[in-house]
Amino acid sequence: MEIFIRYSREFILTLIVVFAFTTLILLLAGAPPLAAYYQIFKGSLGSWMKLGHVIRVWIPLTLCSCGLLYTFRINLWNIGVEGQVMMGAVFTTFVLRFGMDGHMPLMYLCAAFVAGIAGGAIWALIAGYLKTKGGIHEIFAGLGLNFVAQAIILWLIFGPWKRSGIASMSGTELLPRELWLPYVSHIRLSPVGLTLVAIAIVVTALMLRYTKTGLYLRAIGSNLNAAHMFDLDPRIYMLIAMIFAGGFAGLAGSIQVTGVYHRLLPAISSNYGYLALLVVMLSNYNVWVSPAVAFFFACLNVGSIQLPMMLQLDSSLSGVIQGALVLAALAVHAWRMRSKLLEEQADYE
Amino acid sequence: MWIELKDIHKHYGSVKANNGVTLTVKPGTIHGILGENGAGKSTLMKILAGYIGKTSGKILVNGSVEDYHTPAQAAKLGIGMLYQEPLDFPPLTVLDNFMIGQTWGIKNQKNFFRKELESLINHFDFTLYADDTVKRLTVGERQQLEILRLLALGIEVLILDEPTTGISREQKEALFQALRKFASEGKSVILVSHKLQDSEALCDTITILREGVVTGAVDQPYDEDTLLEMMFGVPPGTPSRSAVEYGETVLSMKQVCGTGGRTGLSDCTVSIKQGEMVGLAGLEGSGQGVFLRLAGGITQPPAGSIELLGEEVQGKSLHAFKKAGVVFLPTSRLEEGLMPGLSITEHFALQSHDDGFFVKWHEASETAQTRIKKFRVMGTPESAVESLSGGNQQRLLLSLLSKDSSLLLLEQPTRGLDVESANWVWQHLHKYCLRRTSVVFSSSDLDEILMVADRVLVFFDGRIVKDVRKNETNIDELTRAIVGRV
Repeated sequence: MEIFIRYSREFILTLIVVFAFTTLILLLAGAPPLAAYYQIFKGSLGSWMKLGHVIRVWIPLTLCSCGLLYTFRINLWNIGVEGQVMMGAVFTTFVLRFGMDGHMPLMYLCAAFVAGIAGGAIWALIAGYLKTKGGIHEIFAGLGLNFVAQAIILWLIFGPWKRSGIASMSGTELLPRELWLPYVSHIRLSPVGLTLVAIAIVVTALMLRYTKTGLYLRAIGSNLNAAHMFDLDPRIYMLIAMIFAGGFAGLAGSIQVTGVYHRLLPAISSNYGYLALLVVMLSNYNVWVSPAVAFFFACLNVGSIQLPMMLQLDSSLSGVIQGALVLAALAVHAWRMRSKLLEEQADYE
Repeated sequence: MWIELKDIHKHYGSVKANNGVTLTVKPGTIHGILGENGAGKSTLMKILAGYIGKTSGKILVNGSVEDYHTPAQAAKLGIGMLYQEPLDFPPLTVLDNFMIGQTWGIKNQKNFFRKELESLINHFDFTLYADDTVKRLTVGERQQLEILRLLALGIEVLILDEPTTGISREQKEALFQALRKFASEGKSVILVSHKLQDSEALCDTITILREGVVTGAVDQPYDEDTLLEMMFGVPPGTPSRSAVEYGETVLSMKQVCGTGGRTGLSDCTVSIKQGEMVGLAGLEGSGQGVFLRLAGGITQPPAGSIELLGEEVQGKSLHAFKKAGVVFLPTSRLEEGLMPGLSITEHFALQSHDDGFFVKWHEASETAQTRIKKFRVMGTPESAVESLSGGNQQRLLLSLLSKDSSLLLLEQPTRGLDVESANWVWQHLHKYCLRRTSVVFSSSDLDEILMVADRVLVFFDGRIVKDVRKNETNIDELTRAIVGRV
């Protein structure tokens, strides 16, 4: 109970800081703050159509968050999640290109999803091996691999996979309709994607709470130096965590290709990987909280699309709010840790 | 410059590192501070150097009370300290390091400082070159540089904390020469050491600390036995224990070397039999920790061979050591032994190595409950391990050990425990010996080693300098061996 009160106090404090900061920015930009907040709300939850759009953003965001929970458990900063989404999309597209004639779509779709998961996992494993064998910090390896993945996508779109006759930033040839994930036409939302996310959340929760792997990840993450006491090899579990993170990210990439864009785009990952890092941190690494935070971020993202049209504001305002949110959360957290530390020191003296 | 410390107290919680220390350092003398590890020497010197604050007490410099809180303020008063680890900038040259903190503004004063540095080097017969990069220097040379730097800052009282650890004999001679010269110029030197030989050779007067209080102050000439008694106190009688029959050789090391710690480990050859209780004596960081980690497979030896139950194991993974039944329990329980943030139940879940995919939480919780009772851990299965006291953490660690271990390696298993907890630990470990498990432990408390061990290995400067059965030795012999007098 005490913990709950403390966390809600922290949460409310964070929100106040964020809104104060964002309002200040809006006032400086000469925009009416209340109108801007209203537009974001209306633009994200104002209609079923818009809600559908929000959920289409929420799906990859939540999948990436689920994956990141594994790596955060073992204290790895899998910033390469962005590239893992991209490679998932690339592998998916690779498989689907064999089925462009529209025969046996289900088989191709299934194979494409498996390939997408594998693609993300392989990309994550490269970073994992660089970490465990080469001693290269996963942040640097991951960031580097993100650039490589982006370059691969651009090369494919402008090179081997370019549309006949033209090559443009708008991506590869549109997939035939048979290879699109089935969707509810009214809100253009695929129930397959939703189901997969639900499964991902439940599997992650089970894995982390009830399996030995989950326990080992947490143990090694909490104290690498004591792993020897329990005969655990940290390297193996780091790789396992990377496989899970990459797999979920790759799945997000698959859904982006088959369910949202129906082709491979340069911006196929839409920075959802980076955003997911923020989501997980903000949710205090909790499986059940992060989907909610992801939903909030998705609303911000979708809602701010209308800002330029309605208020002549730049749509990057959602980025400002998200950034402010994370900074504020970190600041409030740091402040709390500091006051806790000071209290303990006072006890000590 | 006269330095007077009056009734200095430094308390860390309930631990009294200094408990009313009073001493006077006269100008033009070399003053030794002698004592075993944890006697409070370093704490006292860090207080004098302004590095840490004191709980109570007064420091008088030339008769007037001074209240300062930082090393910089201390340096202004003329008090400077040479730390065990040199505080310099390895990528820069000797000259650059010498100039740091002395020169301001944009004017290039290199030539001026070069002359000053070179004249100081000549004055003390040091072996430094102004243009060498500091990272290529030996520890002894870096020490020389640090001393010159302190001198140039106008230091009148030079404090040295264990300066002879890790330097060559020639460098030690050069250092002692320089310190004598320094003192003959009317300045004072405070030498902190646990090495009898060094203190005797250099100091005009020696103050001995034990457990945070001054146990004696003597002038030359010194009587070694008196010094030792002041350092270690008078040993109590040693109780006997039920005899254990020894079995085959469990651990055998041949010419093993190791790195780490202050001294590393060199040329270690030893074998340990089933059921033996072996105590590793020596001042902290003399190689015991390195030895235990090598035997436990935590680190790999660069040279030499290690056999467990007749099988070569060096170069093999930790898993191979574990399979042979070797367990290592480190001193820092929370840093290297337990998982902070995880509960007691979760630790038992980690420990059970069955093949299932899911954690058997129910089973783990039951195990936790029974072991908590059996090992008298003050806590519940849900308690996070970091909330337990040191003694309870140690009991928990012991309760996690499997019964059929072949070799237990314990680093200071009773450190920070009260007498009752410590006795409980020893009784428990004795049961392991009766089951023919070998127990090897280090301890900084000789009395404890003599009380519980069957055999004593004394470490000094990274070597085993003595290997005796307990009943063939006595505390005098061991205390001498600890400070390098074999």
